[in-house]
Amino acid sequence: MDTEQILTQINDIFKDVLESDDIILTTATTAVDVEEWDSLNHIQLIVAIEKKFGIRFTTAEIYTWKNIGDMCAVIVQKTQK
Amino acid sequence: MLSFSDLKKNIKNNPTGLTPVKVALLADSASQFINTAIRGYGAELGLNLELYEADYNQIEQQVYGPTSELYAFAPVYIVIIQSTEHLLHSFYKQDDRTGFTDQVIAKTIDLYNILSQRLKTQIIINTYIEINDQVFGSYAAKTQSSFLYQLRKINLGLMDLASENTGLYITDLASLSAVKGYENTFDTKMYIYADMAFGIDFLPAIGQSICQIIASTLGKSKKCIVLDLDNTLWGGVIGDDGIENIMIGSLGMGKAFTQLQLWCRELKNRGIILAVCSKNTLEIAQEPFISHPDMVLKLDDISLFVANWENKVDNIRYIQQVLNIGMDSMVFLDDNPFEREMVKSAIPQLTIPSLPDDPADYMLFLRELNLFDTASFTEDDKDRTEQYRQQAQRTSLQNSFVNEADYLASLDMQSRVNAVDKFTLPRVAQLTLRSNQFNLRNMRYNEADIADISSSENYFTLTFTLEDKFGDNGLIAVIILKTIGEDTLFIDTWIMSCRVLKRGMENFTLNNIVQAARDHGFSKIMGECLPTKKNGIVKDHYQNLGFTLNGDAWELNTYSYINKQTFITGKQ
Repeated sequence: MDTEQILTQINDIFKDVLESDDIILTTATTAVDVEEWDSLNHIQLIVAIEKKFGIRFTTAEIYTWKNIGDMCAVIVQKTQK
Repeated sequence: MLSFSDLKKNIKNNPTGLTPVKVALLADSASQFINTAIRGYGAELGLNLELYEADYNQIEQQVYGPTSELYAFAPVYIVIIQSTEHLLHSFYKQDDRTGFTDQVIAKTIDLYNILSQRLKTQIIINTYIEINDQVFGSYAAKTQSSFLYQLRKINLGLMDLASENTGLYITDLASLSAVKGYENTFDTKMYIYADMAFGIDFLPAIGQSICQIIASTLGKSKKCIVLDLDNTLWGGVIGDDGIENIMIGSLGMGKAFTQLQLWCRELKNRGIILAVCSKNTLEIAQEPFISHPDMVLKLDDISLFVANWENKVDNIRYIQQVLNIGMDSMVFLDDNPFEREMVKSAIPQLTIPSLPDDPADYMLFLRELNLFDTASFTEDDKDRTEQYRQQAQRTSLQNSFVNEADYLASLDMQSRVNAVDKFTLPRVAQLTLRSNQFNLRNMRYNEADIADISSSENYFTLTFTLEDKFGDNGLIAVIILKTIGEDTLFIDTWIMSCRVLKRGMENFTLNNIVQAARDHGFSKIMGECLPTKKNGIVKDHYQNLGFTLNGDAWELNTYSYINKQTFITGKQ
């Protein structure tokens, strides 16, 4: 899967978890750009993404992401294994 | 089970219009998601929960600080959730390892006592999820100073506490997590990242458990299970396969059905009424209950046996009318999705589990639903099957009389009238907690409350039993009278079990209330009906009994009262 495909799927998860149809993610999107994306929802997002792709993030990874692009890069790497 | 995401969406559908139930949540770990799970499941069960969530790890501060937000909120329920991870930390700080349990239990007793002194509240605590820290390996199970050993002792100690204190309930996370497995209840990363002690996939189970406890203490519990026969209680079709070929006991997958029957029998012994509703010829349907050696359930276990070729909707309505209980307190078990759907669309209040296709899965599935939560258990519960069997016999006798009075006179009814005493106290509390239909004001009292009332000089209590030629109904009516003036008694509580409706019990009860009032020199009795969704049958209760309306309240002069006709005689 490439970054573009992953981005589309993550976007759907964001819409579902944050219950907002207006969200359009790019690799540059950060939590500041999405109103509903707070630290609590962040946890729910991570769990939903892990389930969707059948992967596990490490604790260090979720601490270091600066934007959606960083998250996608980790997903690309883990789904290729 | 619903997912966490479903629960979150559910919150938007929180029922309105009902009186909110105030719940406070205190936890030693991050509790925002527990909050969401409780509210989401509350909405699912039709409870309008108003939740106060204390700040992170504030249990002691909230409980011991007399001016804390907790007391300002004045909750009716307090949920205290503590995690095994935090317990482990305090265990490691402890020098006296074998004394750890005593310390934890003493702390819990202290919390409970303070809370129940300062608030009129029910308290829900959890058992700890059982993990071995593997410091001793398997040897922990035979080492008193190990964490595992102390943890299990604590869990049992908490259960002991709950069994001794009526206002204390347990959400048993230990057994819930045993079903899911610790690796599925705990998310390592979320614990490190956010101090969340429970993973997202385990939260619905916690929310369900807590809300089911709340619902059962509010009187929303199941009283009856209606059973289909073919492929539900046994494998195969009795009418086609014959008695020697149905699967029960050792034949084929009979074990799956034996398990279900054993469970049903246990429920029956706990006080759940069993009824049968089957599309069959009655004699053929009953044959296994009479003569199959491997059948666990016998005819005596079934309060009402309905087997015919009518549709199940009508039959279930008939069962409900004879037993005279709410449709929403009944569960219908049927393997056939078509029948389930048909009944569901006609009777939406009925609980109809979607039984799995494979009978091997029945028990696991039914246990997870936890349909039969209860807020009390009394000796009287065990006799319920027999009482409802008698009820069915009365109904058939009634059909043979044209005149109501002749029928009532033929029953030879006798009632024992007493004040509440230590023997009847649990049953009285149970009636106030569980009765929804014939209940004028829906005042809910636990055993401690009833003990207070019965020892107070401001209250008079009356309890009534009823027996007749078919058998004994046990304690079926409760009256609590409160002094509200020199000459006036107020009917704080008037509850009757629906088992004894249309027997003239109202008249007999009122005669006794008036007598009690006169004996203590009260000239006036006042009553009111606080309407709920379920107590429609008592809407005109006081009017029917000859009370007159004065403002919002109904009044009766005790000196001009003439005893009403009754077919019930008092018994010493």
